Amino acid sequence: MEISNYIILATALFSIGVIGVLTRRNSIIIFMCVELMLNAANLLLVAFSQMHNFKLGKYYPTLASDAQVFVFFIMVVAAAEVSVGLAIIVMLYRNTHSVDVNFLNRLKN
Amino acid sequence: MVITSKNVIHSILFLIITFFSISGHYVLLNAQFLAIVNIIVYAGAIMVLFLFVVMLMNLNADSEPQRNKYLLYGGTIAGASLLLVLVAALKTSNDMVQLKNGNIGLIHNLGKALFTNYVFPFEISSVLFLSAMIGAVIISKREH
Repeated sequence: MEISNYIILATALFSIGVIGVLTRRNSIIIFMCVELMLNAANLLLVAFSQMHNFKLGKYYPTLASDAQVFVFFIMVVAAAEVSVGLAIIVMLYRNTHSVDVNFLNRLKN
Repeated sequence: MVITSKNVIHSILFLIITFFSISGHYVLLNAQFLAIVNIIVYAGAIMVLFLFVVMLMNLNADSEPQRNKYLLYGGTIAGASLLLVLVAALKTSNDMVQLKNGNIGLIHNLGKALFTNYVFPFEISSVLFLSAMIGAVIISKREH
């Protein structure tokens, strides 16, 4: 399995997330696309950790597990972010009765 | 599929399928702990939370906001050109390495790294979770 395949897969996932954020106006779908981009970054980190373990594992034995601990912390931050973000979306829906992000262009009053 | 389906619930289900396939890739890369955590946290917790919110709001395809055609075309073109540029830039590098499976992703090694070198960020993340929980409760309680 070559590393380039994983790079292309993660790039495709990230681009799908970018397209979703740019084109959709439903705030829940925008939020899900952010999650998709985070997962693309995670996948790339795991693939690179295996690559560096193969190349440098003799000299730095803790190098690759450090990368996977990093992925674990990204997941922790994503979970915390989702809980707060969904609370914000629910409150937004209670105020405007819509999930359209274009209603958010007026922050005043 | 996640971004093209009109119905929000279909979109969430496609995203769950995507997360399961990413977990399959983690298993192939011999990162079993991350695969299990990915299934439990993302496909189990986060997506159930999304489904709860969508069903609470009673959304369906006809409550989908109207979208701008120019925004749609512009966003698609911008994302596709981002993909094109990244793939073209990565194609020129010829240092392509074959991946070999090590045993670093097992829970034994990962737990040892997490509780020796990274014990302080681990505790900080628990404080972060606590503050996120309090923040979510305060945001949803502010109405009353």
